Amino acid sequence: MTPLLSVSNLRVGFGRNPLENEVVRGVSFELAAGETLAIVGESGSGKSVTALSINRLVDFGGGKIISGTVNLARTGNSILDLAKADEPVLEKIRGSEIGMIFQEPMTSLNPVLTIGTQIEESFRLHRGLTGKQATAAAKDALDRVRIPDAARRLKYTPNQLSGGMLQRVMIATALACNPRLLIADEPTTALDVTVQAQIMALLAQLKRETGMAMIFITHDIGLVAGIADKVMVMQAGEAVEQGGLGDVLDRPQHPYTRHLLGAVPHFESGRAARSDYVRDQLEMASPALRVDGLTVRFKVAGGVFRRSPGSVHAVENIDFDLMPRETLAIVGESGSGKSTTARAILGLVHPTRGGFATHTGRIADATDPSVQMVFQNPYASLNPRLRVDSILAEPVIAAGGRVNGETRARMAALLKRVGLPENCLERYPHQFSGGQRQRLCIARALMLNPSIVVLDEAVSALDVSVQAKVLELLVDLQREYGLAYLFVSHDMAVVERIAHRIAVLYAGEIVEIGDAASVLSNPQHSYTKRLISAVPSIDRRNQHFELDTRQVPSLVRPPGFEPPVAQWRSFGPDHRARAEV
Amino acid sequence: MSYLTRRLSTFPLVMLGVSILVFVAIRMVPGDAITAMLGTEAGLLTPAQREALANYFGIDQPIAVQYWHWLLGVFRGDLGISVTYGKPVLGVILERFPLTLQLALMSMCVALLVGLPAGVFAATRNEKMSDLAVRIFAMIGQSTPNFVVGLLIIYALSAGFGILPTMGEFTPLLVDPLRNLGQMILPAVTLGFAFAASVTRISRSAMLDVLSDDYVRTARSKGVPKRSVIWRHALPNALIPVVTLSGVEFGYLLGGAVLVEQIYALPGLGRLVLDAILQRDYALVQGCVLFIAFNFMVVNLIVDLVYVALDPRIRLGEGG
Repeated sequence: MTPLLSVSNLRVGFGRNPLENEVVRGVSFELAAGETLAIVGESGSGKSVTALSINRLVDFGGGKIISGTVNLARTGNSILDLAKADEPVLEKIRGSEIGMIFQEPMTSLNPVLTIGTQIEESFRLHRGLTGKQATAAAKDALDRVRIPDAARRLKYTPNQLSGGMLQRVMIATALACNPRLLIADEPTTALDVTVQAQIMALLAQLKRETGMAMIFITHDIGLVAGIADKVMVMQAGEAVEQGGLGDVLDRPQHPYTRHLLGAVPHFESGRAARSDYVRDQLEMASPALRVDGLTVRFKVAGGVFRRSPGSVHAVENIDFDLMPRETLAIVGESGSGKSTTARAILGLVHPTRGGFATHTGRIADATDPSVQMVFQNPYASLNPRLRVDSILAEPVIAAGGRVNGETRARMAALLKRVGLPENCLERYPHQFSGGQRQRLCIARALMLNPSIVVLDEAVSALDVSVQAKVLELLVDLQREYGLAYLFVSHDMAVVERIAHRIAVLYAGEIVEIGDAASVLSNPQHSYTKRLISAVPSIDRRNQHFELDTRQVPSLVRPPGFEPPVAQWRSFGPDHRARAEV
Repeated sequence: MSYLTRRLSTFPLVMLGVSILVFVAIRMVPGDAITAMLGTEAGLLTPAQREALANYFGIDQPIAVQYWHWLLGVFRGDLGISVTYGKPVLGVILERFPLTLQLALMSMCVALLVGLPAGVFAATRNEKMSDLAVRIFAMIGQSTPNFVVGLLIIYALSAGFGILPTMGEFTPLLVDPLRNLGQMILPAVTLGFAFAASVTRISRSAMLDVLSDDYVRTARSKGVPKRSVIWRHALPNALIPVVTLSGVEFGYLLGGAVLVEQIYALPGLGRLVLDAILQRDYALVQGCVLFIAFNFMVVNLIVDLVYVALDPRIRLGEGG
């Protein structure tokens, strides 16, 4: 039987001279109908370009297929080489025979058109439906991806839906005309972990219902395990290993595959938690940071003749303390208030109520040199016009200090310590890779010799192997300088490797807090359980999730609203969870 | 529509500020109204006659008092009497305004009809020869003063085709549409030329941005044909900066286009303001400036409303 798709010796280049900028260098694979191939690799490995070459969207990004064939078996058993097909032919194939979904649901839908219009478009183009028929078909498509209240949602524009809902709309659009091949390019990378689990479950279910084949591109080997039949590992434009799922994951042959498998932090339900710091009663008296009833509310603006409808209760009555040499991870999904908490502790947002004190005894504010921060995106958090020495001098100047020989010596020492060459003081940020930039940000945070470092998703934007090295560096620095870390993250596997204690945030409140091993191995609050069971893992590759269409509750409360006082239950010496009603 | 009421409530404040500014500014210009009015004959006036005249026009009083009297008049709908025309200011302005409005609208049509397609076309052929040609043309259009363009058009038509622009007494649109359009088309093209060049440049760069956006890629992945990708998916998203630019330019045009009105001998608002300033016709200058400021604010309001219509993410008047 002929395979649905057969790619052989595909080579793709970019720019005016494609031969010199080759990104995909001779990739071959086959895909049978109904099969799922996962393409795994780090950024720049050519995995997305390979996928975009199949439906030739790569042409619009400045790419050019240099050689090779992409044979698609069409209905009626004719074979078409997509690599040589003309644009009008390709337009007929895109959307009807090959559907595609992308990484960023927030930006992948047209912001000025209603989602109904965008779904209907596929039916109009490939099925010739118009008017009421097209609308009805669009509603069915939304029903199929389990969007509740589909008829009403058709009239929404993308800004009115959450990321998870938008990705469902994307899937509905891509599957509208029942393509036999779906290309999914990192479809869950931009989503929260519980939403990711939902989308993965949906894709698996739709695959069973429609019998379509799928190419699933990801950097997360844990995700591959749940959905793929075959795996192809790519590095620097070449397929270094491919084979059945079990063969590649359990018996990797190529060193790079082994490296990838080793570098990815697999979630191990608390077994991999750190044990190099144990709280003792004597020290408890002098925490590095004590947070007491921290509450941050943002007033929702009203009109001239309207009262304010209330406030967003972003952070509600949060208490915790943080010891020197200890890492507290704050985990939660977007909108849970974890970043607001971090920003409040840095003095970047004013708490509505409650407060916090550092070990120095003073109330922390934006100028407290003992609290420093490392941000998520190392590309956006370094001023591109400043040289490294100016970047490192900045915190010193901000704290009222002078840049002298001592400062310069500290710069050199810190750069060396974070693993950057000393001569980079005269360079600019664009001359560094992502991982190096994050090291630079860490060095900048350490310039003032802080006692607390707030790490807001500090490794989320990095490739897995870089991520592992930066985490290692953070652990070493913590031991060396006795730093207390407040580690804000959504990634449970990363949290497991760096946290001593974990606080789980949901809708602005801590619902569970305790030592990492206990919280991860024995979660008590239903939300923590949901969060942990949603983490993709190689061990639980055959487990399926139930589809859940619940939306996150709104945090807007009417004026004067006070949440009920929380009841806490204890589940160990350092593990408590909020009682649920 | 709380947004609309809020915007309208700022109108009087802005008008008040503008009127104070112009009231003071016009009186700081050297020379006085009486000399300007009577020309050389002013030298023959005795000081007593001068004073009587000044008293008659009310310009012998302190600025603040003059302003107060004028402001009271404005509230009664009376912008004062123009000394040059001997008629109420509002009437003089409204006589000239239809021409200016028509000219501005026609120029904008020319600009959008030429500039938008040219910009979109250039963006879709990025870095090709045709793109380069459009960009050079746009550059020339933006950097050539419009009186040069106007004179060149007149010269080319008369020398090349023996056609002379319809001159003479201006005919309003409703009186004789054909003759009116014959008089207006060349000025509109002249003004629209530079306007079109700006529209071309801004729509080209906005389209280039939008064409690399994710949702355009999504549209292509659905098999949407090229034409539809450009006009249906990309263009509506690229229109915001075009609307902003068009609004500002249109606002300027409503203030009159002195040079072009002069070249084509059109009695528009621009020449009215110029003459009023030269004649020290205080009431007329104030009235004109106030009128122009008002138009500008109305145009800005319309631009904001167009934003809302174009992009559902812009929700005016709602919190956030």
